[in-house]
Amino acid sequence: MATRNIMIVGVGGQGTLLTSRILGGLMADAGYDVKISEVHGMAQRGGSVVTFVRYGDKVYEPIVEEGQADVLIAFERLEAMRYAHFLKEDGVLIANDERIDPMPVVTGQAVYPEGILEDLSKDHTVYSIDAMDEAKKLGNQRVFNLVVLGMAARHMDFSKEQWVSVIEKTVPPKTVDINLKAFETGYAA
Amino acid sequence: MAKKEIMLGNAAIARGAWEAGVKVSAAYPGTPSTEISENLVKYPDVYAEWSPNEKVAAEVAIGASMAGVRAMCSMKHVGLNVASDPLYSVSYIGAKGGLVFCVADDPGLYSSQNEQDTRLIGRSAHVPVLEPSDSAEAHDMTKLAFELSEKYDTPVILRTTTRIGHSQGTVELSDRVCPDDIPYERDVMKNVMMPGMAKGRHVYVEEREKKMAEDASSMAINRIEPGDDETGFITSGVAYQYVKEVFPEASVLKLGLVYPLPEKLIREFASKVKRLIIFEELEPFIETYVRSWGIECEGKELFTLQGEYSANLLRERLKSEQAKVSAKEVPNRPPILCPGCPHRSTYYVLKKLGIHASGDIGCYTLGAVAPLGVVDTTVCMGASISMLHGMEKARGAEYIKKWVAVIGDSTFMHTGINSLEDLAYNGSSATVMILDNSTTGMTGHQDHAATGRTLDGREVPAISIYRICKAMNIEHVVEVDAFDTAELERVVKEETSRDALSVIIVCAPCALLKGQKFPYKVRALPDKCKKCGMCLKPGCPAVKKKEDGTIEIDDTLCNGCGLCTQLCNFGALERYEI
Repeated sequence: MATRNIMIVGVGGQGTLLTSRILGGLMADAGYDVKISEVHGMAQRGGSVVTFVRYGDKVYEPIVEEGQADVLIAFERLEAMRYAHFLKEDGVLIANDERIDPMPVVTGQAVYPEGILEDLSKDHTVYSIDAMDEAKKLGNQRVFNLVVLGMAARHMDFSKEQWVSVIEKTVPPKTVDINLKAFETGYAA
Repeated sequence: MAKKEIMLGNAAIARGAWEAGVKVSAAYPGTPSTEISENLVKYPDVYAEWSPNEKVAAEVAIGASMAGVRAMCSMKHVGLNVASDPLYSVSYIGAKGGLVFCVADDPGLYSSQNEQDTRLIGRSAHVPVLEPSDSAEAHDMTKLAFELSEKYDTPVILRTTTRIGHSQGTVELSDRVCPDDIPYERDVMKNVMMPGMAKGRHVYVEEREKKMAEDASSMAINRIEPGDDETGFITSGVAYQYVKEVFPEASVLKLGLVYPLPEKLIREFASKVKRLIIFEELEPFIETYVRSWGIECEGKELFTLQGEYSANLLRERLKSEQAKVSAKEVPNRPPILCPGCPHRSTYYVLKKLGIHASGDIGCYTLGAVAPLGVVDTTVCMGASISMLHGMEKARGAEYIKKWVAVIGDSTFMHTGINSLEDLAYNGSSATVMILDNSTTGMTGHQDHAATGRTLDGREVPAISIYRICKAMNIEHVVEVDAFDTAELERVVKEETSRDALSVIIVCAPCALLKGQKFPYKVRALPDKCKKCGMCLKPGCPAVKKKEDGTIEIDDTLCNGCGLCTQLCNFGALERYEI
């Protein structure tokens, strides 16, 4: 199989590392060669963070580059916009419809763009969800990333059972139920 | 079937070291190397510690090696500068038990102050350098590093980069095989580096290097992958992966030992290809050698000395392919201090008083940027204190009345302690602020000698920073709660106006520290808000201006530190217990 490229982008502290662990486990369980590249350190303090996940028969480079992502999972709108040019022409953007103002916007040096997801839909296939709202309804905001992942799962080639199995193995045991509920919510959306 | 696991490069190094029978490991945290120690400590039968700094860590490993066991130290690239003193001399001494320095470079500057290339230090210290290109090789080469160290009687550098240490890939696991401890033999000609002995050892070092360079041409980690003879690439590390991605058909010489280089193998490879390209991140290290041997090649003129390489760089420079879609103009999202971070209130007070800060390495370096804009300098670990001293000696005590040094607790314990010693000794009148958040924050919360806990989680007596300062005969040492801004302001005014050295220890734990309790949150009362923007000044991400100009608090982010409530003169922000 040709190598497939997934990207997860968001704001430092949003839990991209957990998401990449789930994806890595999923692909390894399915027998693929997997490489994941992530950012630690300074950027995790509220900066723009990106994680690359590549899988296939034999994976060489650990990063996904401009114009090569099959699926771009964005935990925040501005970050979706920042990395949209990484998508392939037929790539899919899964976006959490949430706004987190970066410091230049807070201090008035920059303006948060309006209508980001609408604009991106002109050039890309975009699916979006207000995952924070869905997670709140489930009673735990912190599982919003599983809601987003549930939506992404619909556009990737793994069975729902494969996803459920790896989530059960990866998240802390006490949180399996709520994380699975969150995943289901995104999957059904 | 052998067990396989997806592992972070740094976890793979830890696994490889454990399988190789490593018994002692020492390190100071530094991105992108920190997870090596954090993973290694989880294995049985290994002693792993956080040392106060990289020099100490290296010396702990050297001692363990001399005592006849396999030992390692790990650090980021700039950490090796601190540890280079022992490195250069232990190169002469060699290794009894295998001795490995894991050193992580950071091309692209994800979390560092420079882009130095560790291969050059290996070369100048006459220490061999191995460079893996993914997690599997990180694992295998760590094991090999111990073997080479013992075989050639030399310390070995295992050089990684951010893309290796912080990428995950499949690793094949084996069991631990622990060599027998080597019996001790007194050998002053080898182990005591006085001039008479070092002269002899220098001769040995040159011979060792020559022998290793010869052997390098037949080492399995240096291999020719034959292909199309039109273009041949010499490459190593993650750059190899980019070559394989873009030119799967090309001939490749993949180097695992990047110093000393296998001249014979390189000559053989060069003679087989029409066009020879060197693809290496950072310095033209391989390229300089290849050219010095009179071999025609291309390298840095095609690529760049800066940042990370990529497959797209190859596509662009060698295939003239450009990415079709370009990036959109998007506001930056620089890293910021977290909600509830105690550094924020410190910087708010300094800014209010118009004070400049001589800065240091840690989360608090973020005080350099808007909206705080207080930190004026950052060079290296510990430099905040000694640089302020230099300023005073250059221009006099008045000149630094509007200056302080700011340094974190971990950085203070690393090398700041030496700098403070200088100030206490040489008649300084500076004000030093130690921002004590009880952890090494930026690298992800590692303990140190003043936190009272070790890498393996044991409780130990914490060294008191206050008493260190007092032991240096510093009369004015004040401890202040970071979130009591009124008191902090009073103390900073008092101490900066004093004609004597003073230390202000600003205390409050890091907001992200495990086990931190946040009993409060803040709510906004829009009716009372006068839209003055005072609460926005410290740049807390939880405090947001609504379209009508009034303030709202992001409940998901707020940690209830209450800084914003102290700044509001109209009672429009209220702290409440949750």
